Amino acid sequence: MSHPTPRIYRNVFAALMGLLVLTVAAAFLPFDRVLPTPHAAVWARRITISIALTIAVVKGLLILLYFMHVRYAPRATWAVAGAGFLWLAIMLALTLADYLTRNHPGIPNNRGEPRYLLR
Amino acid sequence: MSHLTVFEHDELPAEQFEDVEQQRETSSLGMWMFLSTEVLFFGVLFTSFFVYRTRWPEAFAQGAKELKWWLGATNTAVLLGSSFCMAMAVHAASEADDRTIVRWLWFTVVLGTLFLLIKGTEYAIEWHEHLVPHFRWSPVAPGAGEPRDPQLPLFMTFYFVMTMFHALHMVIGLGVLLVVIVLARRRHFTREYHHPVEVVGLYWHFVDTVWVFLFPVLYLLRH
Repeated sequence: MSHPTPRIYRNVFAALMGLLVLTVAAAFLPFDRVLPTPHAAVWARRITISIALTIAVVKGLLILLYFMHVRYAPRATWAVAGAGFLWLAIMLALTLADYLTRNHPGIPNNRGEPRYLLR
Repeated sequence: MSHLTVFEHDELPAEQFEDVEQQRETSSLGMWMFLSTEVLFFGVLFTSFFVYRTRWPEAFAQGAKELKWWLGATNTAVLLGSSFCMAMAVHAASEADDRTIVRWLWFTVVLGTLFLLIKGTEYAIEWHEHLVPHFRWSPVAPGAGEPRDPQLPLFMTFYFVMTMFHALHMVIGLGVLLVVIVLARRRHFTREYHHPVEVVGLYWHFVDTVWVFLFPVLYLLRH
């Protein structure tokens, strides 16, 4: 069974620090002022959440696969580690499928009717 | 016979295992079983955070701006550094290099303690700024007099519950790390048997991963 080397650990650590700088920088981009849409605030929210969570998932995967050796681990470990995240995904997906699609008043569609709004 | 029989490993592999490799994989698998339940423990907190964030996005964005993002970012760097040191300690353990194990574990402990000190400083600042719901709160920011969103206490409650549970995990991890340092100093580990270093490493990296999600979710969602 192979193991990561100190060189891999240093590279992963450097990548994690780079992603940290990236996620902080992205948080301060003024999406709510530059987007050419009347609903810039809503879109700024969607974009910043997407960027922040995507970078966090990449960082988490780097830690899991290399620092925690999952990449080099037997299938049983993959199954047990994956099960926790699979159930988390089910909880998030089914819960937010409800809350994200409730009819929030405020922004009408182009016929002036209220519509479902992802926040 | 030592009175600490729980740390004995005279028989290697233990009688229920085929070989040492199977014993090693089993101890890691057991830790992953526990970590899977931890994923769901923290997962519930994140899920409810986002449920309430969809209901009061303005209050939660204001909350992110009330927190000191640079302290959170510094703490992320500190914790990622401690995880790197932990990974190096596990690597030294696979080569049965006791001195190097102990050195990297001490680096891990020092950085973990630094994280808790910075976190404590943040809590002190929030206490000073009347940002602690129920205990020390004001509906306007002290000094500047900006009105606070009526739902801001909800965000701050999530912040304190999530970061304090995380800090509790850090304290437990530091305790276990100190035990492993003592074992390494007593030359407890060999090239074949160093499973405790790996298992505490898994736990430590997991607690690091939780913070990797806590930091952007609490500090960086400013819109």
